[in-house]
Amino acid sequence: MSKVRVLAGTRKGAFILTADGKRDTWDVSGPFFAGWEIYHMKGSPVNPDRIYVSQTSGWFGQIIQCSDDGGKSWYAPGGGLQKSPQGWPSGESNRFVYDAAAAPLTTHQWYDGTQHPWEFKRVWHLEPSLTDAEAVYAGVEDAAIFHSKDGAHSWQELPGLRGHGTGPAWQPGAGGMCLHTIVLDPKDANRIYIAISAAGAFRSDDGGQSWKPINKGLRSQFLPDQDTEVGHCVHHIAMSPRRPGVLFMQKHWDVMRSDDAGDNWREVSGNLPTDFGFAIDVHAHEPETIYVAPIKSDSEHFPLDGKLQVWRSKTGGNEWEALTNGLPQKDCYVNVLRDAMAIDTLDDCGVYFGTTGGQVYVSPNGGDTWKPIVSHLPPVLSVEVQTIA
Amino acid sequence: MSNATIRLEIPHHLRTLAQVNGEVTLKVPTPVTLRRVLDVLETRYPVLRGTIRDHGTLQRRPFLRFFACSEDLSHNSPDDLLPQAVADGREPLLIVGAIAGGTGRLASRGARRARDSSFVRRRGD
Repeated sequence: MSKVRVLAGTRKGAFILTADGKRDTWDVSGPFFAGWEIYHMKGSPVNPDRIYVSQTSGWFGQIIQCSDDGGKSWYAPGGGLQKSPQGWPSGESNRFVYDAAAAPLTTHQWYDGTQHPWEFKRVWHLEPSLTDAEAVYAGVEDAAIFHSKDGAHSWQELPGLRGHGTGPAWQPGAGGMCLHTIVLDPKDANRIYIAISAAGAFRSDDGGQSWKPINKGLRSQFLPDQDTEVGHCVHHIAMSPRRPGVLFMQKHWDVMRSDDAGDNWREVSGNLPTDFGFAIDVHAHEPETIYVAPIKSDSEHFPLDGKLQVWRSKTGGNEWEALTNGLPQKDCYVNVLRDAMAIDTLDDCGVYFGTTGGQVYVSPNGGDTWKPIVSHLPPVLSVEVQTIA
Repeated sequence: MSNATIRLEIPHHLRTLAQVNGEVTLKVPTPVTLRRVLDVLETRYPVLRGTIRDHGTLQRRPFLRFFACSEDLSHNSPDDLLPQAVADGREPLLIVGAIAGGTGRLASRGARRARDSSFVRRRGD
């Protein structure tokens, strides 16, 4: 029987939640890396027991952890304690150095409008390759994309993105200037989508060597030029693996859709009570069914009227319905962050999301009903789910 | 060049990463400087590379401090000689995460020592 493994990254450690295909009874393990911020953890589609983790700290910086047994044990690649005939391990799995030789280490726009040098701060998102368990991408702050081909032992920047000529116009969002979204096209190994707050969305069609902004159609009231190539605060992008090229975006405000791989976007917020939010995802088997977690506003990061709701559209946007069964409908003032929603691939598609109040919710029936898996974790930063045969 | 045996206390989270308990003892080439201590530490415990000083610039991470013999060494040159008591192994070198207030009953011994030093004692702690 299939089972699911939910990977929850929190402000104070990582947790793994497992259940069989009924998704009714859950085992909880963790905290792993207790006391550290776990921005993201994700398993390899090729080898589900290979899990990559971004472990960060304002004091101690960035650590990358891996598991080869589905989270039972962990190691920092290249950081072993034994000396081999080749010498001590390199310990460079947390070395994210911008490739200044390939793309000069220039400046980006700072909060006060002045220019500010690029500085590595942390890894926001890890995206394992769809075809090679040893290959993984990392989206980092300050915004750049890195690639590892050796199981996260070492990292190389794909400098064509940071070196894109628009770099000086990129600016940090409230959470920093982070590359937080990486979407890989399952039908075209050379096509990669990324999103940066607050620069916008970009696409590469040559495996990450060169990039183009894909922000046409986005509208952001805070920008003086609505047709600007970059500067939009894209919060997250989702794509159904069944239908690459159709993208859904939760922007700062506005839920957007593109049917041409991001070349053009149109708003599909429709009847949403508020179209501010962070998380967005697509049903595993129904490419026109999408989910968002509306948040009141950019000034008040909690659900409207204290009612925690996921909204579902079965028409690819514009027509939305509130999913409330099992979710708190009063006095709820949590947030759902951009990487904190996930979808499993069981026949009856499961939907998951985590909150800054420490809850992780599951719906085993595509959103019709919900229940908390756990209720008292530290604030949840990310949720991913693995469907394991 | 001879080696000195140095005692080093590192923060809880770094002890967890390096899988060590209590003080770390290192053989450091003389004359003993902070740079040499950190070089040896990072060679022996590669997982600590980048956690105390930046990978590229080797600058101290902003929220970490270096103390020894009730002195704050954080702003000294990494090539300055460490106090003789550290080089002799009579006193440990302390690497401490920035702290603010609290009685710290569960805090690490190193953090307590640093907090109790005259350089970081604050009224009301």
